[in-house]
Amino acid sequence: MSRPRSQAEYLARLVPPSVAGINRRSLLAGAAGTGALLGTGLLAGCGDDSGSGSDSKNVSVGSNQSDPKPKDVTAKVMDGFKTSSGIETAINTVDHNTYQENINNYLQGKPDDVFMWFAGYRMRFFAAKGLASDISDVWGKLSGFSDAFKKASTGDDGKQYFVPSSYYPWAMFYRKSVWKQYGYQVPTTLDQLTALSAQMKRDGLTPIAFADKDGWPAMGTFDILNLRINGYQFHIDLMAGKEAWTSDKVKKVFDTWAGLLPLHQPDSLGRTWQEAAQSLQQKKSGMYLLGLFVGQQFSNEEQDDLDFFTFPEIDPSIGAKALDAPIDGYMMARKPKNKANAEKLLEYVGGKAAADITIKNDPATLVANTGADVSGYTALQKKAAELVGSATEIAQFLDRDTRPDFASTVMIPAIQQFIKNPKDIDGLTSSIESQKKSIFTD
Amino acid sequence: MSDLPLIQADRAVPPPAATTSTGGRRRRLRLLSRTDRVVITLMVLVPLLLVTGFVWLPAAATVLLSGTNWDGIGPLNEIEFIGARNYSDVVNIYPPFVPAIQHNLLWLAALFVVATPFGMFLAVLLDKELRGSRFYQTALYLPVVLSLALIGFVWQLLYSRDQGLINAVFGSNIDWYGDSSVNIWAVMIASGWRHVGYIMLLYLAGLKGVDPSLREAAAVDGASESRTFFRVVFPVLRPINIIVLVVTVIESLRAFDLVWVVNKGRNGLELISALVTQNVVGEASRIGFGSALATIMLVVSLVFITIYLATVLRENRQ
Repeated sequence: MSRPRSQAEYLARLVPPSVAGINRRSLLAGAAGTGALLGTGLLAGCGDDSGSGSDSKNVSVGSNQSDPKPKDVTAKVMDGFKTSSGIETAINTVDHNTYQENINNYLQGKPDDVFMWFAGYRMRFFAAKGLASDISDVWGKLSGFSDAFKKASTGDDGKQYFVPSSYYPWAMFYRKSVWKQYGYQVPTTLDQLTALSAQMKRDGLTPIAFADKDGWPAMGTFDILNLRINGYQFHIDLMAGKEAWTSDKVKKVFDTWAGLLPLHQPDSLGRTWQEAAQSLQQKKSGMYLLGLFVGQQFSNEEQDDLDFFTFPEIDPSIGAKALDAPIDGYMMARKPKNKANAEKLLEYVGGKAAADITIKNDPATLVANTGADVSGYTALQKKAAELVGSATEIAQFLDRDTRPDFASTVMIPAIQQFIKNPKDIDGLTSSIESQKKSIFTD
Repeated sequence: MSDLPLIQADRAVPPPAATTSTGGRRRRLRLLSRTDRVVITLMVLVPLLLVTGFVWLPAAATVLLSGTNWDGIGPLNEIEFIGARNYSDVVNIYPPFVPAIQHNLLWLAALFVVATPFGMFLAVLLDKELRGSRFYQTALYLPVVLSLALIGFVWQLLYSRDQGLINAVFGSNIDWYGDSSVNIWAVMIASGWRHVGYIMLLYLAGLKGVDPSLREAAAVDGASESRTFFRVVFPVLRPINIIVLVVTVIESLRAFDLVWVVNKGRNGLELISALVTQNVVGEASRIGFGSALATIMLVVSLVFITIYLATVLRENRQ
């Protein structure tokens, strides 16, 4: 019932086999890419002076891609790596919830050489604690990443610790047919959004579907309002514990949200995001702020009817160019058994060839490398990729941008408290601030 | 305890004369053979090690960790002691704590006042050998057997606001799981549903063991049905009553599974056990803070354990 870590498993089955089949051009491109990599691999091999003997043909990978489809894709990418470099990979797959919950012990014990993780605060935290290795050298060889992705892969010390592989954006989703029927226009300012919502109410729709039983979906609303009102840098500083929650800036976010709450579906604390998405699917709600995985709740035929727009501008001086788009990718353990091979693998998974393999086998994923051949994307995917590509900054979602203990033990109850009682913003923010001070001690 | 006299007997054997030089003779004189002594040592040592290793050491470690701010990262020698700050944080700035204590007490009261007596009542009814009592027995005990995941799912089907059976049948619009003034009762009904079956079975087993001649004697003396139960059967069932009482207290203190399935113990469903889990398990790793919560729970449990032990010991003395 939890949020999918990748959208692979649901979008994959929506694509008819004819589309999913290998397309000749991308095969050629893939072969060319493989050839190029093979070349660099050989060259790198010549200069390799580490001489780790029999070990030099192995590298291990910790994977949280435990669902069948993404697991298969991971295996194919690793096969591609083997073909291009001759290095064998041992994939160690763990159920993704377990993986996430045990990450502390995993990284402190005997982690695999390369492991999958998310961009964001936790990535930077592991980097700062010395639980991950600097891979700036690998980044020197990578191409096809926008600055926003590079920023998201950079640790506090300015070095890179992360190679992005895929991502999904958060946006306001709606059904084209409903909007056409009533003649709605995409709002570009908060006033327009409010006016549109009022019109939806008159038309008998719930303007904005909403659910927060599991605690995390409403974080998306907080994030986007904060990004629109205070901007990306404030969001990052607030999440890092550097800004006060009692500041007027944060209060303004909650104030604005309190004004919008009557436009949201009521009784959200007992509803799962799946149920909220179904109200959108059943044409009872007008729009829904969620990740791209909202499409899971739509049948294959309805996929074409699904569209989205980015959350409208609130402050013209801030604009509407930043958004939440959690990025998944790879990191290198603190003491990889075979550093040269691990770096080669990271270079490969960040490259165009791996991205092409991913798209070919799982046409659902939005791959991070812009050099990849995206002709297999659906219209929705193309639009999502464009949206993120044009973003000036990419936030990673509240629970990935801050300490996990703060997100789960403070922010989830606090946001639920706010939804229950939107009036007591002063009490709420001072409670968050005092708890923050006890958690962010170092 | 029973082997104490044997050991004393062992000592009571007069020491052999100093002239007998070998220890072999000595051993032959003992009442316990070498095998016996090895067995006794093992029987004492193994459970002792198990209890120490799996109960006392972790409990002591929890109490120790509750004085630190350890986040599960880094070597043990870098742990920083911060005194009682976790405890003051729990009490002063952690909003879910007070509701959690209230909910645990409410849980105890509800099980004790409603669910347990109802389970006993059902057991008495079933003891009457009604027609189809086997069927009722199975039906009532079923919830105890069902897996937790299934129970969570069953009640979700009933309680869901938009798609649930209750709101569909009664045309109501109540947010059973989301409304924090309602959901604790909704979950307690689900929890009571399980508890009733458990108590029913325990009590039924006890009732089957009551000597029928006691009831016959009471009937001959002209006692009414209810008088027979309260004056004769109930006192006879004292050992079972104590077990039922202890089970009720334990169940309410460790109540956890249902609220965890519903919403991970948040928004009106806070329980101490759920808060401990939220803080310690998983990526959060607020181990020091979670340990403080666990220690508080340990102290609350100790209060009940002490009361129970005091009662039992006093009884034994009588």
